[in-house]
Amino acid sequence: MNNEERQESQLSSPALALQMEEEIRATSPWKDTVRQLRKNKFALIGFIIIITFILVGLFAPLLTPYGYEQQVLQDRLKPPSAEHWLGTDDVGRDIFTRIAYGARISLQVGFFAVTGALIFGTLFGLIAGYFGRWVDMIISRIFDIMLAFPSILLAIAIVAILGASLQNALIAIAIINIPIFGRLVRSKVISLREEEFILAARAQGMKNGRIIFHHILPNSLAPIIVQTTLGFGTAILDAAALGFLGLGAQPPLPEWGKMLADSRDFIQLAPWTLIAPGLCIMLVVLGFNLIGDGLRDALDPRMKN
Amino acid sequence: MLSYTIRRLLMLIPVLLGMTLITFSIVHLIPGSPAQTILGQNATEAAIKSLEESMGLNESYFKQYFLYIKGLLQGDLGTSLKSKAPIVKEIWPYIAGTFELTFFAMVFAVFVGVNAGIISAWKQNSWFDFLAMFVALIGVSIPVFWLALMEQWIFAQELGWFPAHGRQNNRDPIEAITYFYVIDTFIKMDFTQMVTALKHLVLPSIALGTIPMAIIARMTRSTMLEVMQSDYIRTVRAKGSGQFLIIYKHALKNAMIPVLTVIGLQTGVLLGGAILTETIFSWPGIGRYIFDAINYRDYPVIQSGILVIAFIFVMINLIVDLLYTYIDPRIKY
Amino acid sequence: MRSKRSKWSLLLMLMFLLMLVLSACGGGEDEPSEAEGDADTTETDDGSDATEDSGGEKTLVFARGGDSESLDPGSTSDGESSRVTRQVLETLIDFAPDSFELEPGLAKEWEVSDDGLKYTFYLQEGVKFHDGTDFNAEAVKINFDRFADPEHEYAFADHDYVYFMYSAMFGGHKGDEGHVVDEVVVVDDHTVEFNLNTPLGFFLQNMGMTYFAITSPAALEEYGPEINENPVGTGPFKFISWTKDDSIILEKNEDYWKEGLPKLDRLIFEVIPDNAARLIALRSGDIDIMDGLNPDDAAGVETDEDLTLYARDENNFGYVGFNVQNEPLDNELLRQAISHAIDREAIVDALYAGYGTVAKNPLPPSYLGYNDDVEGYQYDVEKAKEVLAEAGYEDGLEIDLWTMPVARPYMPDPEKTAEIIQNNLAEIGITVNIVREEWAPYLEKTAAGEHQIYMLGWSGTNGDPDYFLSSLLHGDLIGDSNREFYQSDKVDQLLNEAKVEIDQEKRADMYKEAQAIIAEDVPMVPLVHSTPVMASSSTVKNYVPHLSTSESLEEVDLE
Repeated sequence: MNNEERQESQLSSPALALQMEEEIRATSPWKDTVRQLRKNKFALIGFIIIITFILVGLFAPLLTPYGYEQQVLQDRLKPPSAEHWLGTDDVGRDIFTRIAYGARISLQVGFFAVTGALIFGTLFGLIAGYFGRWVDMIISRIFDIMLAFPSILLAIAIVAILGASLQNALIAIAIINIPIFGRLVRSKVISLREEEFILAARAQGMKNGRIIFHHILPNSLAPIIVQTTLGFGTAILDAAALGFLGLGAQPPLPEWGKMLADSRDFIQLAPWTLIAPGLCIMLVVLGFNLIGDGLRDALDPRMKN
Repeated sequence: MLSYTIRRLLMLIPVLLGMTLITFSIVHLIPGSPAQTILGQNATEAAIKSLEESMGLNESYFKQYFLYIKGLLQGDLGTSLKSKAPIVKEIWPYIAGTFELTFFAMVFAVFVGVNAGIISAWKQNSWFDFLAMFVALIGVSIPVFWLALMEQWIFAQELGWFPAHGRQNNRDPIEAITYFYVIDTFIKMDFTQMVTALKHLVLPSIALGTIPMAIIARMTRSTMLEVMQSDYIRTVRAKGSGQFLIIYKHALKNAMIPVLTVIGLQTGVLLGGAILTETIFSWPGIGRYIFDAINYRDYPVIQSGILVIAFIFVMINLIVDLLYTYIDPRIKY
Repeated sequence: MRSKRSKWSLLLMLMFLLMLVLSACGGGEDEPSEAEGDADTTETDDGSDATEDSGGEKTLVFARGGDSESLDPGSTSDGESSRVTRQVLETLIDFAPDSFELEPGLAKEWEVSDDGLKYTFYLQEGVKFHDGTDFNAEAVKINFDRFADPEHEYAFADHDYVYFMYSAMFGGHKGDEGHVVDEVVVVDDHTVEFNLNTPLGFFLQNMGMTYFAITSPAALEEYGPEINENPVGTGPFKFISWTKDDSIILEKNEDYWKEGLPKLDRLIFEVIPDNAARLIALRSGDIDIMDGLNPDDAAGVETDEDLTLYARDENNFGYVGFNVQNEPLDNELLRQAISHAIDREAIVDALYAGYGTVAKNPLPPSYLGYNDDVEGYQYDVEKAKEVLAEAGYEDGLEIDLWTMPVARPYMPDPEKTAEIIQNNLAEIGITVNIVREEWAPYLEKTAAGEHQIYMLGWSGTNGDPDYFLSSLLHGDLIGDSNREFYQSDKVDQLLNEAKVEIDQEKRADMYKEAQAIIAEDVPMVPLVHSTPVMASSSTVKNYVPHLSTSESLEEVDLE
């Protein structure tokens, strides 16, 4: 394993940093993977958590009689009760309602940020890995430079440029994740490029685009899938951090990180306002991490007993 | 080995150059004039215009970048717009603050993580193993800022065990020599102050160190599980119980490489997480320095602060890479 | 290679051993405190320390939310700076501890000529700067020349020093058309004259502002542009050190010219940005006085025997401003409708926990010329709907509301304020989009008139109504601090006349008339005059918060 490759695999799962040896061959046994996943209790728990949050987000209006921006100033900072399951915040909004609507925001941010990073990262990674030489050189150096900055710092800088909003936070998170996907795909492509079936395809005069999309991409899917799942977790975490710093979602959007920041002053008076939003961020991230772990175990033959 | 070192160093040049280009552009793309911030809400338009001019903000970008690089090469990080002091002169206490915090966070992470990992592997599938791995799972998923807030609530406010702000007790200020307060108090052999400094470190270090701790624990455990299969361990184990120390020693030796990897990789995470931790614990570190500078539009501080952090991060990765080749002869270049 | 590897593992072992020892030490240190309750232990630790060091020194720690920008008071308008420089440097005239009444400062007496063009100050004698040099008329002249003239050798203009508060208060810098100070003349060692070009109704009030404090000329020479980190004045405390974003340490001036003062030996200003952490620190005894108490925590502080609650008197004004020159808010009826729709009472109760009063004029009630006859716009949803229909917006409309990105004493929670206003206006059918900008672009863009509705406030520093009314609503300041783009010839004329009038009663009448006109034109919705709350430990004595947000701590004592 050379140095570069070692770095790839670590970077591919920053939340886990377990070395991944993705040696999946041309015909990946997908059915086997599903069977493996089903047996994995942790992954199952992860799925349950995520599906619960998706359902809560989807059916938020049915779960609560309040609106997420509905204020009752007389009822501010009320502790949890039958009317307000998780209490109220400092302008008398129902915290449970905000948590439920907040699930939509967090999951959407996770989805769009990771999708964006996935598309661009994969594209750049494919180009760099497949064409090699100076193209690879330039793209790889840009990735290096981007990775030289602590990611949250880069995200803060990007948001400072674009202006603070949920959408810009999402863009920033997508950008900082591009090199992570890019490097992963690039290393996979490089290891595949000299494989016999690729050489054969090229010898038959197949076009570059066709080779990339019909042969190389499908064979690189396993690590990408794992990284995507884990990426959801980190993206949600980053979005919450930006929200917490006031650089993400703006009022009155019930973003969880923003809710935490808003409640900081009430840590003595109304600590319940701080518990639920943080717990939810943790659970969602945990859910994605569990699924990601499970997927990796299922897709990684080395871990199979 | 030598040639690899040289190659690795050469590879740094474009990265460093690219970094300066990025920090420079970030600053010029941020909307809002620093002159406005300096002069505040009662500033007149004329005052703003004349200040912008005297700050050189009207020069072309190219010229500003050129001057920036020239200054950097001469060790000049610029002058803070807010304090009007050279950044080189005032940045050190912030760097030292962040270093001290990240160091202790890493000490916490490595010490707890490695031990938990080894014991978990040794007692695989025991209640300890499950508990430790459960904590580790939570650990990688928990938002740093939430953990910090919860610590503040429970340990500072409700229990009053540890202070939740700053680096020292200002009633009895520590005389700064290196600005690493634990070292400064050690030099002066003032152990009361040293305990105070350490107490201030407890909550922020744990908050910041939890993610790497969890990662190290998981990594050590999986490495150890492999080591446990080795003939050596099997033989020792066969001799019966009470062989834990021998295994521990052997295990530590093997834990070193993954731990080193994590240190290298997690430095970035730590430096980033430091911004959040420092904000919550009122810690005068570089993260807060930059964050305040962004709000103030203190361009030179934003530029130099980000550059310094990135530089430290790159250097640590370089050292880790070089150490690798040194420690593990199997890695050939 | 093999031997190298074992060396490394040895090293690693050592490292772990060290960690073990360290953590064991740490545990040992913490154990007793955990058992006994840590707060107490820390306090005794510190107590014994203080006695060991210097035999019962009185050290007071004052915690605030942000660090000072500069300790050269003339070069900044930052409140956190004047809070500190107030202790080190003094002004010719002082304000009374609890009002803007004038009291002798470095000048023991003063005279004004009948035409209001000559002010003579008789200075205290025998006063020395902290560096041992004498305070005299020459020092006063050097300081004011420095503020007035960017070319002055101590103006440090090439180091980006701008004395903008001077130009704001005295009509400009040397050579500018509106600059009121013609010349500062040294009559003798302890007499100094200010000759003016035009009368200025609030000249004496200006002389009490912390920005115009007197620095030692020898120190200006010695430190040059680094004077902002090395203040040398005549005040009760001497500057010792400044660790940025952490603490500023001051020490008793043993030779202070006021007998028996100051009472403290050491004064430390500590930065703790988070309100909650600051209160925790106060409760644990780490600090003695805290600024910026969260209004909601005031009740808890009040009932706590170990703490004392303070409220600064009203000296500010938070408002919602309209851009009256652009569609649709050039429609006066629409502005009236909005004024009736905002529930200011509820905002004050919820976000200021009652520590504030609903405003009706752009001037705090205690000020000269405050017009109590102005009725203001009562909260009345039905009326608001009617007026809105009358204005031609029966079907409602959509409006942008710009919200401040930073908290200020007059607006402790701007985001929540905006959300409440958003809710209020929704009730009469106006859809509000909340717009957020960072502080610098916010100020720039509102000055440029890019907004429809925005939020801001103003805090007084010299106790004069001109500072509020002219800054916010004078037609000449459109595009600067008049962000309403409000232009009324009548108001401008009244303000201009009041500015040069030195009969304070006549001034009061003019300001009253101006307020009545302004209320009719509704360029803004006055929201609140806040009374910011603070807390101290009950051992702190004689602390009186001043309206201007910075007060001398010379009388403060610890029990």
